[in-house]
Amino acid sequence: MTTADGGQRSAIGAREVLLILQELSEAIGISGNEDAVRKIIADAVRDHVDELRTDTIGNLFAVKKARAAQGAKRAFKVMLAAHMDEVGLMVTGHDGNGGLRFRPVGGIDDRVLLGKVLLVGPDKVPGVIGVKPVHLLKGDEGKQVTKMDDMRIDIGALSKEEAEGLIKLGQVAAFSTRYNKVGRTATGKAFDDRAGCAVLVELLKGARFPFDLHAVFTVQEEVGLRGARVAASAVEPDCAFVLEGTICDDLPKDKDVSPTTELGKGPAISLMDRSAFADRRLVDHLIATAEKLGIPYQFKQPGIGGTDAGAITRSKAGVPTAPVSVPCRYIHSPVSRLSLDDFDNTVRLMRESLSRLTPDVLKRS
Amino acid sequence: MKDLIKKLTEVYGPSGYEHSIRQIIRDEVRGYADEIRTNTLGSLIALKRGKGKGKKVMLAAHMDEIGVMVTHIDEKGFCRFASIGGLYPLTLLGGRVVFGNGTVGVIGMEEKHFERGKTPPLDQFFVDVGAKDKASCPVKVGDAAGFSRPFEDLGGRLVAKTMDDRVACAILIETLRKLRRCAHDVYFVFTVQEEMTLAGAGTSAYGINPDMALAVDVTDTGDTPESNHMAVALGGGPAIKVQDSGMVAHAGVKELMVRRAEEAKLPYQLEVLAGGTTDAMAIQMVREGIPTGCLSIPCRYIHSPSEMVDYGDVENSVKLLLAILSKSIEL
Repeated sequence: MTTADGGQRSAIGAREVLLILQELSEAIGISGNEDAVRKIIADAVRDHVDELRTDTIGNLFAVKKARAAQGAKRAFKVMLAAHMDEVGLMVTGHDGNGGLRFRPVGGIDDRVLLGKVLLVGPDKVPGVIGVKPVHLLKGDEGKQVTKMDDMRIDIGALSKEEAEGLIKLGQVAAFSTRYNKVGRTATGKAFDDRAGCAVLVELLKGARFPFDLHAVFTVQEEVGLRGARVAASAVEPDCAFVLEGTICDDLPKDKDVSPTTELGKGPAISLMDRSAFADRRLVDHLIATAEKLGIPYQFKQPGIGGTDAGAITRSKAGVPTAPVSVPCRYIHSPVSRLSLDDFDNTVRLMRESLSRLTPDVLKRS
Repeated sequence: MKDLIKKLTEVYGPSGYEHSIRQIIRDEVRGYADEIRTNTLGSLIALKRGKGKGKKVMLAAHMDEIGVMVTHIDEKGFCRFASIGGLYPLTLLGGRVVFGNGTVGVIGMEEKHFERGKTPPLDQFFVDVGAKDKASCPVKVGDAAGFSRPFEDLGGRLVAKTMDDRVACAILIETLRKLRRCAHDVYFVFTVQEEMTLAGAGTSAYGINPDMALAVDVTDTGDTPESNHMAVALGGGPAIKVQDSGMVAHAGVKELMVRRAEEAKLPYQLEVLAGGTTDAMAIQMVREGIPTGCLSIPCRYIHSPSEMVDYGDVENSVKLLLAILSKSIEL
């Protein structure tokens, strides 16, 4: 931006970005229970879109019509998807002494759970996953991974009855983690995929694109791409992009092998993962845009993970789709870290790529 | 037809990178189909219109092959990779792969981590394209390669990389060329991305919305020394699928295939496959459900660089498809 007040305006913009990322990260939205996240997003984008609606499964659709003077051409429709849900725990039973049994919702590694602080149920009852003190460990016990089945959530109830009064079976628990900005990075929970949601909110706040943009904030990604499946079926887009907070594993390695992504190296463009092939034409368009404008980018290591693209690609007669992600260390754990520069560059790469996106990009030679 | 099989099996085309094989198949079907188009994800659809009040039939064979995708290029120019489709580590060491730009690579293995008697996992292999270092490496992260191996005619048996599923592509092309007096609109669909996600088949079926569909693909056999039990053998005729690990074939479609094989006095085998599935699984679940079966070509050493089929089975597969298409289809 080259206007006289550009500096000031972008500073305000930056503060708003941080606020929405913080608000989204601290909101609780375990798969199937995304209401709080949806409300935050709806409030943030309402004044910037032409249509706003929620479907039967809970997906939030925000439509931003094409900028005027696009001629009489058939409307080109682009879908952008970011999932609102996060992994968490679901209460499955009450023990005699007031402890809560639980199961994971989405993929959670047993090793990240012991001793972690939680917010349980709609009233956000503070809880902790109990752990035996180091003093009491016998033999090799400390070297074993405690299984989730053997863990309990302790909400301070002294009896089964008291626990049942506080938390009902089927209610969910989220990690209790505050958002923190540290230099040009931020830590918080659920950056997978609140980072993608925040990127999408930023895109909706900006200028119109040369096509109808159908932004969808999806539900239940972590339990089988369920929201995206019905959303893509409803929208029937010509192509789609999935915005994610993805795996980052840039800790030192013994061998010269691929990190999945690296913090600070820019948005990560997917090529192939376990759910889908990224459409090569869209990938090449993203690369061309990044190269032209000098926006840093990296490739997500092919073959790892899966996204809503798996469901969108295979929807109806097929939708060319490409995922673009903000790298986030330690996802699916109580705290992850992202680079705010990566975040800004993801917004920029998407905005610039979309503003240059025409049906010609999808032409085959 | 052997020349066609040789041509198709030697072409490059890992899942997601089917442009070359699509172009070659397009050239092979041109002049025989009434309409040819490529759909959104890249599947090639050749329509041969029927004469009369027939059904809408879809035949699907996938164009893509298994392969590797470069995930990382190390400082010395060696390429780490992810598998495209199911790769068996046992078949890799010393094998050659070819990339879309023609670069040939040799598959090597980390020697230090090799334990005698144990099969190393995929992440202990790498592709060596002969580069001196990272800067001079002729391929990039995201580039995909397929196996490089010539077609061999062993007389009655044929060997090639990617018989899975180019032999079926050849069968579809041959069927299209020979099809006469057919009441049905027949969609010959050459699908993409079968080996990873079956993404081409379901999306094509959605667009076509056929009354009946058949996937044509290879299947395992139980006729090699000390093999797992399976009642399918090379040379026993085309296999009519009853069930695999992804689907149960539509009973009416299966019975129609059996009936037409018996009427035409063609050899056939019934197939129950314990591990693996085909495009039929995706097609069957499209829209309100599509009656779907699968014609399988018995094949040894599937997903290795040397897949073997029996030429008689191939010819009889064409005959069986023609027998099905030239009569009425009531399920």
